This record gives sequence, structure tokens and C-alpha cells, in this order.
Amino acid sequence: MIGFLVRRIVQSVFVMLAVALIAFMMFRFMGDPVNSMVSENATVAERDEVRVRLGLDQPLYVQYARFVARAAQGDFGLSWRNARPVSSLLAERFPATAELVLVAAGLSLAVGIPLGILTALRPRAFSTQALQFISLVGISLPTFVTGILLILVFSVWLGWLPSYGRGTVVDVGWWSTGFLTLTGLKALILPSVMLCLFQLTLIMRLVRAEMMEVLRSDFIKFARARGLSDRAIHFHHALRNTLIPVITIFGLQLGGLIAFAIITETVFQWPGMGALFIQAVSFGDVPVMAAYLVLVSLIFVTINTIVDLLYVVLDPRLRVEGTRGAH
Amino acid sequence: MLRRLLLTAAIALPMAVPATAETLKWATARDVYGLDPHAVTDSFTNIFTHHIYEPLVRYTADLKIEPALATKWEVIEPNRIRFTLREGVKFHGGETLDADDVIVSLTRAADPKSPLRGNLPGLKSVEKVDDLTVDVVMQGPTPLLNNYLTNIFILDSGWLEANGATAPIDASKGEEGHTTNNANGTGPFKLESRRPDALNVLVANADWWDTPAHNLTRIEHSPIASAATRVAALLSGEIDLIEPAPLQDAARIEAADGVRMLENPGLRSIMMGINMGPELVDGNVPGNPLADLRVRQALYHAINMDLIRDRIMRGKSRVTGSLIAPEVKGYTEAMDERLPYDLAKAKALLSEAGYPNGFAFNLNCPNDRYVNDEAICQAMASMLTQAGFQPRLVTEPRQIHFQKVDERKVDVFMLGWATLPMLDGFSVLSAMLASKEGSYGTFTPAGYSNAKVDELTKAIATEMDEDKRQAMMIEALMLAKDDIAWLPVHQQPLSWAARDSVDLPQAADDLVRLWYAQVKR
Repeated sequence: MIGFLVRRIVQSVFVMLAVALIAFMMFRFMGDPVNSMVSENATVAERDEVRVRLGLDQPLYVQYARFVARAAQGDFGLSWRNARPVSSLLAERFPATAELVLVAAGLSLAVGIPLGILTALRPRAFSTQALQFISLVGISLPTFVTGILLILVFSVWLGWLPSYGRGTVVDVGWWSTGFLTLTGLKALILPSVMLCLFQLTLIMRLVRAEMMEVLRSDFIKFARARGLSDRAIHFHHALRNTLIPVITIFGLQLGGLIAFAIITETVFQWPGMGALFIQAVSFGDVPVMAAYLVLVSLIFVTINTIVDLLYVVLDPRLRVEGTRGAH
Repeated sequence: MLRRLLLTAAIALPMAVPATAETLKWATARDVYGLDPHAVTDSFTNIFTHHIYEPLVRYTADLKIEPALATKWEVIEPNRIRFTLREGVKFHGGETLDADDVIVSLTRAADPKSPLRGNLPGLKSVEKVDDLTVDVVMQGPTPLLNNYLTNIFILDSGWLEANGATAPIDASKGEEGHTTNNANGTGPFKLESRRPDALNVLVANADWWDTPAHNLTRIEHSPIASAATRVAALLSGEIDLIEPAPLQDAARIEAADGVRMLENPGLRSIMMGINMGPELVDGNVPGNPLADLRVRQALYHAINMDLIRDRIMRGKSRVTGSLIAPEVKGYTEAMDERLPYDLAKAKALLSEAGYPNGFAFNLNCPNDRYVNDEAICQAMASMLTQAGFQPRLVTEPRQIHFQKVDERKVDVFMLGWATLPMLDGFSVLSAMLASKEGSYGTFTPAGYSNAKVDELTKAIATEMDEDKRQAMMIEALMLAKDDIAWLPVHQQPLSWAARDSVDLPQAADDLVRLWYAQVKR
């Protein structure tokens, strides 16, 4: 176990280094941030001076090495866009993204799993057919279109929910939360629905497929033969076996939620890390982009590691093989 | 600091708010970069901080210069201007405005490390005469000094010192400045709170030295990046004023109840630069046909600007033959004469120049900088093809486009110029028409050089006689017009949208000045 963790940590360092390297190679094609930093009528000499001050005149590998050396000390530098430390910018934006992803992930589980079970147990019911069709729409509609549709219906036509922002937030230490105010909770609804839609349909379809598979297996037949109630069979025996692959997929998709949050945050002006990244891209703000990409790769690696560990915990078969392998 | 501000506001508000508490909710495409008025040259950040801080002289709603923190100024020597400061002006923190504040602020803005120094070129020193009088000493006669000063805001010297912020912010240093998140100005509004990318709250300054022309008690500014969401927030009543309003949604906004579009021609003139260097960047013939005046005339005749105005700009742009808007000094009506759209003439000129089958070149455009920039270039590409040219359309994000323009890796390229903050034809002459040399010709197309234009530009830079200066600007701009160094396109429209209850002037420089805003409920 410890060996596995150490290996994972070493791997993640390499993943992050690689991500930073690829990021730096891409930044070359992003154009010149100096144009956004000097006044429109700045002279050529003034422009060059800014370039030198930021180290943009240096070759790529020098810029990369500098970034890595400073990042290793926890210093991601100052944003070129607004001259604030990148680490505090990210820390400021993290709660917004985390709350949004948390709610969206919770919604996708809380709604996706029951719907999956329902459609598996009644494969021929009209409601199942309808849900299957709607889920197809949910998977195939681009998320920004659903976002705009939600705004149109619930903000412009009905006027029930805010179309942008986080509402009133309360600071709990450095963490700014929208959970404690009514406007904050209302503001969460539309973005989290938009963000969770894809995950929700995915989980529903996965649960349905797995559940139907499990219901056909021998141990369920045996349980029926033992005269157990439907309820016990469905929820105790079948569901437990269904959930193992669901948890794996869900864990992997959690990273996807953070990535998709970029679009949701842009549509709803949600002041999270994704919105920060998009602004950094349009400005050519290299320090922020690099730090964001490294941070997201760290989150991905961490989630994957946790999922791998959970997998062993949840599936007894793997555990047995694991211990056998250790002998 | 923030907590203290919030606390004072919480205690003060219930008593201070009069019976008619008017809050204006304002959304823009992005947030201010920071609150330090000397840290960025971004015009939106500048106008936002202008609500908190003030310059010595300021623009009115119709873009005339009027006294602000300085009450009068006189020329002592050609390069020494004496400013008398307004008496009894208080900063929001209670400090009194004096000469030291002006000295520190101008020096800070013109510091070599300040990105703003391009907006105050040629400052030599600022000298104190007495507590309310300063001499601004320039390297030479500077006819545009007051125009420059409209953009340089005054901060309190004691406050800067106390917070270790006297030196300008240096992004390469890695230290955060106090002035990025805090503000202490003399302006019509005070900063109440700021949450980057979410909400900035300003409250009216009851102790402002000027008589307010506004009736606001509070401004809530939210950046909303997505244009569709911004419009939705206006339509749903969450927001009172959006800027910019996307042109494609104008019809929808006009049709909705209680909101309206604000559209006027803006100062920003869009034009196409033409590479006249020895070679084309991406051509299929030897040399550079664009260096031939007849070919440039053919380009001009081939473009049907009326069609672009009607089809792409919804009739809202102002087609021009001039590189500067009528509000800008140096403009005269004769400049607005365009070569007419004439396909046959374009083809004839092209054949006469020796290219009956045309030739290939790049048509470079940004796709995220100007109103409908990409669509305009697509239309131009097909018009030029009809006339026998073989344009290769290249549309790119602004960072890449302007880098190429900087490096002159463009053939025919789009650029917009608003002459801000000077509002003077000298801006165009020095940056876009004078030969590339020293501080001149930052954007002048490759290969363009007209000795007479250069000579006039240099003379204009130091000519203090207003009439002579004006005459020279007109002469130089007309010479460049005949050379077709740039192909004028149009003045792009300003496009804001507001609730009917909001009344505010829309100045041609596209800047929102809420100290002129009235809200009726």
C-alpha cells in the first residue's frame, strides 16, 4: 500500500512537470501578452522593455526552468493581468469551483442512481422509454446551449432564479461560501443543473446497464429461489454489485466536472477557477494559465489515486488477489 | 481593510441613505484588472477607477477638457506649466489634497516601470511652488499636456507612503501592491467592497468637492463575460446597464419592454493597413504589388462599404474616408471623401499596374477585438476576389494578430484607433503614419514613409499655437490620405443597453461616466 502511494506521488510529480512543459510549449502560440500590458500608443522600445522585464525575451526552456524552480518553492509569481499573486488568485477562486462541482456531483448521484434503478427494474414502462430519450438529449446537447436555455426559461421568462454570479457569499475564514444565504443557494441551482446534466445521464445509463446485467446473474436467481423479497434482492444484492463500476466511473468523471466547470463558469459568470483560466487565456496571462493547469493535473492525479484505493476497498475479489500477490 | 470598510458602511448606511436611494447595477464584459490607476493602461480599468480617483483636468460628457483637481493652469515657460490646485479637496480617507500628492502621483505614473508612462510622455519633473501650486516641467513644449493629464489620477502621498506603495506595481517583482485591492481617491464615489470577478460596490461620496450631476447612492458593478448571459441579466431586470451590448441582440433588446439600446458612432475608426515593404508576406508574385499606388487605389475601389454597413453593421456604423472621427482635433470634412465603390475601375487599375490576373496576399484580421471584425474581413475577402485579387483570409485572436502587426508579418491588416486618451490627430500621425524611428511609427505599415508627413508630425509635436497646429495636422493627414497608407473602413458603433429608468450620456470614447447618470424609479 505504501509502496503504491509513493509510486503514485512520484508519478504525479512527473505528470505535473509534463503538463507544465506542454503548457509552456503551447504558450508560444498564444501570441504576445505585452500588447495587453502596455498602452496602445506605447513605443517599440517600451514594448521591448516590458518583454525583458517579464523574461519573455528568454528562450522557452529558460522560461520553463524558471517557472519550475519557483513553483517548487510554492511561488507561482504575479498575474500579469492584475498584478496579484497567482496562488492567492487561485485560492480565492477555489471555493466557488469546489462548491459548484460538489453540488453538481451530488445531484448527479442523487438523481442518476434512483433513475437508473427505476429504468432497470421497469425496462418496458413508458416512463423508462421517456427517460432514456431525455437522457439521450442530455448527453448530446452542448452544455452551453442547455445553460443558455436554463437562463432563458428560469431567469428571463419566469424570473425565479438569478442568471449570473454566486448571490451573497459569506466568508468562513478564507473560504467564501454560498451555502449560508438564500441568494447563494438560489444562484447555485442553474449552474449545478447545467454542470451535472451530462454526468447525471451517464450515471443513469451506467446504473441501468449494470443493474440489468446483475439481475440476470446466477446469484440473483439463487436469491429469488431462496424466497427473499424483491426489495432485499434489488437494493441489497443487486445494487451493491452495480455500484462498484459506477464509483470508478464517477471518480474519473469528477475530474471531468472540474474541467467542464470552465464552460459553466463562463456562461453563469461563476467566479471560479475556470472563469479565471479563460480570462488568463484571453489576456495571455502565462503565470495564471501555467499554475491552473498544474493544479488541475494535481487534482486529476489525486482523484485517480483515491479511486484506485477505493476500488481495492470495495471489491473483495481485488483485495484477495492483492494479498495473494503480496505473498 | 476590507472588513473595516464593510463595517463602516454597515453602520453608516442606514443613516446616510436619503429617502431616494438609487442603486445602479452595471455589468460589463470583464472585471477591472485592479484598482491601482497607474498599474494598467486598460481603458475600462481607467474609467472605472475614474469614479474613485480624479485627474487634474477631466473630460466632460461631450469630451471637452475642464478643470478638476486643478482650477487653472498657465504656461510659465514653453515647457513649464503652472497648475493651481483646488482648495479644500478631501480624499475619502480624510486627507487634504496638496502639491505633494500631485508630485508623487505624476512621478509614479511616469516611472519607467509604470505601464502608464506612455500616456504621459516627456515628463521631466514636477516641482512644488507652494502647497496648492505645482510646476509640471516637460522635456519640450507639449501642446497635448492637458489631454495626457486627463488620464493620470491623483493619489494621496501620505496614504501611499503609509502602505509602502509609492513605487509603481511591478508585475515582474512578484509582490502584491496595497493599491491593487484598496482605493483612496477624491472622486464622486468611494469603494465599499470588491470581490474580483464577482462584485464591486461603490457608494456616493457625500463630501465630493463638485456638485453631483448624478442622483446615485450606490453602484454595483458585476462583470459578466458571456454576452448572452449579460443580455439575459438585463432582460430579467437583475442589471440596469450593460456595456457592451452585443450587436446581434440589438433587435431583441429593442423589442423587450423597459429596456433600450444606446447606439452612437464611436471614436474608434477601423482601417486596413497596407504592407508597402519590398516583399509580400504571403504572395505569389515577385516584389510587392501593394507598393504601387494604383494597386492600392484598386483595393479602395473594390470595397463596398455601404453594403458592409447595411448587412454586417445593421446600419449603425459610420462609413468614413478619414482615419479620425469628427470629434478628434485635426479632422476636416474633406477627409471623409471616399474613393467610390467601382468594380470596373478597380479591375482597370489592377490591369494598368500589370496584374490583370491579380495576385495573392494575406488579409489579416483579429476575431475578438473589434465589432464584427471577422465578418467584415470575410465580406472584404469576397469583394476583393470579385475585383480580381486573390486574398487569403487569416483571422486570429487578438494576441496573435497584434503580435504579427508588431512584427510586420501582415499584408493587408485590420486595426482600430480611437486616439485615446489624447483625442488628437497627432496620435494617428505619430503612431501610424510617421516613418518608424524612435518613438514614432509604432504601427506604421512596412515600407510607408513620406518625408513631408514626418516633418509635419515632428513640428506638430511641439507647436503650441493651436491654429497653426490644426492646419499642419490637416495637411499631414490629407497627404497620407492621398498615399492610401491606410484604407479607411468605418467608425464602429458604440453599443450599450440600459433600462428605460436609467439616463446617462454616451460619450463617443465608449467610456461609462456614471457621475452623469440619473436613475428614475
